[in-house]
Amino acid sequence: MIRILILFLVVILPTKSLALIEVDITRGNLNPLPIAVSPLSIDEKSRLNFNKILNKKDIGSEISLIVEKNLKTSGLFNPLNKDAFLQEPDIANLKPRFEDWSLIKAQALITGKVNFVDEKLRVEFRLWDVLAGKEIMALAFTTVPNNWRRVGHIITDKVYERLTGEKGYFDTRIIYVAEEGPKTRRIKKLAIMDQDGANNKFLTLGNELVLTPRFNPTSQMVTYLSYFRNLPRVYLLDIETGMQEVVGDFPGMTFAPRFSPNGKKIIMSFAKDGNSDIYTMDLENRIVEKITNHPSIDTSPSYSPDGKYICFNSDRSGYQQIYIMKSDGSNVKRISFGRGLYGTPVWSPRGDLIAFTKLHKGKFYIGVMRTDGSGERLLTENFYQEAPSWSPNGRVLIFYRETETNDKGEGFSAKLWSIDLTGYNERLVNTTTDASDPSWSSLLSN
Amino acid sequence: MNRSLIISSVLHILLIMITAMSLPFLARKPIDLPPIVSVELIQITDKTNIPFAPKAKKIIEKIKEKEKKLVSEQAPPKKVKKIKPDSVPMPDDKVKKVEKIKEDKQNPEKIDNEVKQVSEFEKKELFDPNNIAALIDKSKVESSETVNKTDKITQDQQKNIENVGLSLSEEDALKAQIFGCWSIPLGLPYNENLLVRIKLQLNPDGTVSKSEILDHARMNKPGQGFYKVLAESALRAVKLCQPLRVPTTGYERWKELQLNFDAREMLEG
Repeated sequence: MIRILILFLVVILPTKSLALIEVDITRGNLNPLPIAVSPLSIDEKSRLNFNKILNKKDIGSEISLIVEKNLKTSGLFNPLNKDAFLQEPDIANLKPRFEDWSLIKAQALITGKVNFVDEKLRVEFRLWDVLAGKEIMALAFTTVPNNWRRVGHIITDKVYERLTGEKGYFDTRIIYVAEEGPKTRRIKKLAIMDQDGANNKFLTLGNELVLTPRFNPTSQMVTYLSYFRNLPRVYLLDIETGMQEVVGDFPGMTFAPRFSPNGKKIIMSFAKDGNSDIYTMDLENRIVEKITNHPSIDTSPSYSPDGKYICFNSDRSGYQQIYIMKSDGSNVKRISFGRGLYGTPVWSPRGDLIAFTKLHKGKFYIGVMRTDGSGERLLTENFYQEAPSWSPNGRVLIFYRETETNDKGEGFSAKLWSIDLTGYNERLVNTTTDASDPSWSSLLSN
Repeated sequence: MNRSLIISSVLHILLIMITAMSLPFLARKPIDLPPIVSVELIQITDKTNIPFAPKAKKIIEKIKEKEKKLVSEQAPPKKVKKIKPDSVPMPDDKVKKVEKIKEDKQNPEKIDNEVKQVSEFEKKELFDPNNIAALIDKSKVESSETVNKTDKITQDQQKNIENVGLSLSEEDALKAQIFGCWSIPLGLPYNENLLVRIKLQLNPDGTVSKSEILDHARMNKPGQGFYKVLAESALRAVKLCQPLRVPTTGYERWKELQLNFDAREMLEG
């Protein structure tokens, strides 16, 4: 017995005395990560060539500016002022002096170089962890010189993914309805641009009213609603070729056509015999199938990313609320129970959240809730705003906001805005005209 | 006229009386304010590692004082581990023990019984030729052993204080420092098991001599991108925070630390 006791004291007690102290860190700061984006270095010969082709004196700096701007708009990064940089770009790309970069509080560093190779643009870039003093990513791209902006977006996507763990959303486009003219006689055209507002292009002439454009999963096709001789028609438009086709004429009010996740169907709502229900149309055989069959008004359907469920809004409870159901229309279940009216639900590409517009006490809100209706969070409030659309990584929402007019009807404008899931990073998206009904494409480089 | 005046006066008086009787606050005594008690703010570092309640500590001290009176100076400290206890006794046990000793002194036979419980082998080990007098007077032996036990317990308590870990205020200081350094990657999902455990070896000045992610294998597994991002952010936080706010004393107890980074609470909002 005593021996056992001695053994216990000898073995157990020292172990106890050496027990590792554990400290739980459950909080941190939400400050953007300080990052230094060094201009991409470029040799003189390449610089002259690019200047000749693109009319850009220093394409390396231009690309790094795009990266810097993208990172800043994400709200997750704080690109540091270039004036504070101590190391020249060409040397930094070979071997950064981490002490110099940590001195200016950078935690990550992007360096790189641009070359003119066989009439093409070749970019190498490296991402460094300044505090660990090591390279954490190095990639190279080759493309035609005119794609230099996309190179900047792709670099940002890669950096974003490496530092946040989720895919980026910078090499994407936004399709929207460009609006011009007084409020009573608006000219509405279909327009497309890069997510940062560059490369804006009008896709229709403005002869017909266009509404609710939506990308297909490959972002090559767009479906939208247009009124031809006051009759609503659903169109398909190939962005690259400009070819357009009519999917069908639909009687009465038709709303918000949207692609299924596999791109083979369009889901929409339209009114038949005075009752608005949800329908799908198979794009191959053009067969229309009724999904809901209820005397209430069912509109704004949106598929879950796996295509198994559909969320939509309906006033079947007496007030407009959000519901989900299986893709065949069964198991309808109400998920929103808050005060006010809920509309335009959109399922997140990540599948975890549903974005919506809410009207309560004369104010419009953009918010998100989990797919079971729990965890409702209102991200932004305004006089009038609606139509949220998710970025491909499910982190940012783009929507449009209208301003209040005065008694004479003056002062009206409609602009695109974006907000991230934190609700703190709200930004105006630059467009050449007034804009509404935005839709975010998937990543183009995938 | 006079009659009306009288009636009016009577009714008014009646009304005043009813009001006075039905409104108790008119007769309420002024509120007795409690006397102001001054509050002294103290550092809690020294208070947070007390292994026993203050009351128990006082009892132990009292016992020690009493025991000192019982101890023969001729009785040297004995090896405590030979004596018996299964483990470090709690204060209540000690009190009982001391009470027992007092009884033992009055009833030597009981001491014999105590000794009989010890094996012959142990008895040999307990034998100390320099302590024959104490052996003759078994009560003294028992008493001295008890005191030794008590002393040993107190030393163990002291060790416990040193080994138990950081005090709450020390831990809070360290946490607060790392909170400020840790930029949580906001893109991480809140509903995944993302706990990063980092083992640190520290220098006496709080700088980190070695940091090691305990689930390092997970870093390079496919589909663990979020874990990798979180682990890297945690390592950055540690490096950024150097030197860590560690206590100025007791290096042995905190020279190795494990930090468990868990962002779920923050990400869930």
